Amino acid sequence: MAREKSSKDNAKALFHSLRSAYAATPVNLKIIDLYVGFAVFTALIQVVYMASVGSFPFNSFLSGVLSCVGTAVLAVCLRIQVNKENKEFKDLPPERAFADFVLCNLVLHLVIMNFLG
Amino acid sequence: MATMPILPNMPVLDLVKSFKLKTKQQELLIRVSILCLVYVLAFITRLFSVLRYESMIHEFDPYFNYRTTLYLTQNGFYDFWNWFDYESWYPLGRIVGGTLYPGLMVTAALIYRILHFLRFAVHIREVCVLTAPFFASNTTLVAYFFGKEIWDTGAGLVAAILIAICPGYISRSVAGSYDNEGVAIFALLFTFYLFVKAVNTGSLAWSLASAFGYFYMVSAWGGYVFIINLIPLYVLVLLITGRYSMRLYVAYNCMYVLGMLLAMQIRFVGFQHVQSGEHMAAMGVFFLLQVFYFLDWVKHMLSDTKLFQAFLRITVTCAVAVGAIALGLGMLSGYISPWTGRFYSLLDPTYAKDHIPIIASVSEHQPTAWSSFMFDFHILLFLFPAGLYFCFKRLSDATIFIVMYGLTSMYFAGVMVRLILVATPAVCLVSAIAVSATVKNLTVLLRSKNKGVQTGSTKGSSSSKASSKALLDQSQPFQKNGAIALLFGAFYLLSKYATHCTWVTSEAYSSPSIVLAARGAHGSRVIFDDYREAYFWLRQNTPPDAKVMSWWDYGYQITAMGNRTVIVDNNTWNNTHIATVGRAMSSYEDEAIEIMRSLDVDYVLVVFGGVTGYSSDDINKFLWMVRIGGGVFPVIKEPDYLVNGEYRVDKGAAPKMLNCLMYKLCYYRFGEMLTEYGKPPGYDRARGVEIGNKDIKLEHLEEAFTTSNWIVRIYKVKPPNNRW
Repeated sequence: MAREKSSKDNAKALFHSLRSAYAATPVNLKIIDLYVGFAVFTALIQVVYMASVGSFPFNSFLSGVLSCVGTAVLAVCLRIQVNKENKEFKDLPPERAFADFVLCNLVLHLVIMNFLG
Repeated sequence: MATMPILPNMPVLDLVKSFKLKTKQQELLIRVSILCLVYVLAFITRLFSVLRYESMIHEFDPYFNYRTTLYLTQNGFYDFWNWFDYESWYPLGRIVGGTLYPGLMVTAALIYRILHFLRFAVHIREVCVLTAPFFASNTTLVAYFFGKEIWDTGAGLVAAILIAICPGYISRSVAGSYDNEGVAIFALLFTFYLFVKAVNTGSLAWSLASAFGYFYMVSAWGGYVFIINLIPLYVLVLLITGRYSMRLYVAYNCMYVLGMLLAMQIRFVGFQHVQSGEHMAAMGVFFLLQVFYFLDWVKHMLSDTKLFQAFLRITVTCAVAVGAIALGLGMLSGYISPWTGRFYSLLDPTYAKDHIPIIASVSEHQPTAWSSFMFDFHILLFLFPAGLYFCFKRLSDATIFIVMYGLTSMYFAGVMVRLILVATPAVCLVSAIAVSATVKNLTVLLRSKNKGVQTGSTKGSSSSKASSKALLDQSQPFQKNGAIALLFGAFYLLSKYATHCTWVTSEAYSSPSIVLAARGAHGSRVIFDDYREAYFWLRQNTPPDAKVMSWWDYGYQITAMGNRTVIVDNNTWNNTHIATVGRAMSSYEDEAIEIMRSLDVDYVLVVFGGVTGYSSDDINKFLWMVRIGGGVFPVIKEPDYLVNGEYRVDKGAAPKMLNCLMYKLCYYRFGEMLTEYGKPPGYDRARGVEIGNKDIKLEHLEEAFTTSNWIVRIYKVKPPNNRW
């Protein structure tokens, strides 16, 4: 009983502290996080759809899911490079990071369009 | 020698001084000139066979690559990508577009088009022959940049020089060896260099470049599996040793997702990146990275460690459970295919001999002997551990990578002879670190403190020892001498390496295998051009739709040069079809003719070395035909052809051996042939015995053509007799 209560307390305290820490992040990072969440959500919808109607043609399914996962991952990389707290990237201008992000996304979507079939 | 006269040459000195460059510019000039020389050297050392014989394609596999490149340049990319070849594997055909790695052909066709655009009217064969040396030169440049990334420019230069002449690489990239490895090793090293650069800089642009490098590698060779397993292993090692950083996340994720997508565009690879067991390590590490960095981010956000521990426990257990369940389900349901035989035999070398005789029979797949290592690497063999020591002394992300690459590739090189090629760049790079670091330390010793004796010590060895000995202070009299002696030792070793490499290239790796050479009785050179003689006979004297049955080794050459349909060829994708041919070759003539009529065979081609002493002929390969045929058709039993476990062709041979189709076809009319002075007629020079069955009569076949040295023999299948 006490253990259950303490674990519940733990979960609540965890949730609260995470929420308060997250509220302190800058707005541009939150926008990127929103984009990542949207991409992952789209991927999940596609997986659920595939589970219900079957995976033929497989290349279309893969290209759809991988485009979502790919752009999510690239957005996370952008977030890492733009985040001012990361000392490794302090001399990388954010414009350059964004340009790299756009270039990689361009290549990603070109390949996806070829793969969609 | 007298000292340099100063006074009379004053005006000349002034002129020279006006051209004098700053040290940095001097260094750049030296570096660029060394790289240019190395580039040219790597190209010209591979040209021995072109100078001795002619510009032709070597071996067996390159003939298929040449034929496909020819088709590509004549018919365009769309027809090439969708090509169905009905001239091989009769009656099955082969979907060429979906079963080859197009990188090599597309590269050669591109070079051909560029040269034609610049109005150089070269034939595609010349481009094919010289593609591998050209890419070997490019590899030396990549090795320079890679060495510079790992250690410094000195190591880069030494790496470029070492890899330019290393026999392990030359063996598969001589002029004429138009095979996937010629381009693939360049792609391998290039991908590794770009990835290490991406990890060092953490830039998305470099990761994108490494994804493209990986795409080129996937399009070029099946050995890309090495990359897709080594890089996740490297990431795992970095994570375990605590060297993880944000740069690693950026580099690996971008490269994995984009690389995987690009790789799936090659039809031959298809969906293997998500379905095959060999590629699951990369996916596993991908998910592990996401979990790892997510936890790291949460830890960074939370200030309370106790809460974080709880969160950590929950997340890790959930993630591991989900991952294990997914993997287990995938493997059990068969969705994720297990490791294929080709790669499984690398982990368990005894697997192929018991289960897959075709893989075991290829001579390049045998385990490596020590002599092969010494032959192919020479001094690099002991410089490699020395380089490992230096790498461990100065650990960084890049040196950890090269250590891992070196160790894993050396293990695989020990399992299979063919994979010495993959180990060569790693061995060259690590040895270059050893050489460069040692020479640097020694020259620092030489140049330290007593700058005054610098000019004195650069003239001749004995005088410098005397003069420097006189001028040095007594505390370190022998250190300088030791350094000079060691430097001379290093110079001697490296020059011996260069001599060895050139000798090996000239003697061992420059033979075209399709043209044989030997020394005649008076020391003159004798050339056996029998193979091409036979293929051109086929091309000119048989109907265009004739089908030729031969052992699979010669399939590619027959289709490329003879331009006739074959039953089986080197692709070996259908074991049952090859076993059918093996069964036909090992049966009595009456049974064999049934099989040949069912396959519509018109001509049979065998290779026989009894007259010339050529030892890679079909009689020596016969037991493999029996084993492969017997693997599918139990009616063929290997002990029937052996006597007390011994393989013989003379009088004491097994009766089934003396009457099987292969024996008859090889030794037909050989019983009357006098091959060597003082030996009876019918003396087989390759086996060294007099053959057992000299009186051979063929009932269903007739001899069509035998080449001038009896190396290739072609027989025509007679149509069935008329009924009356």
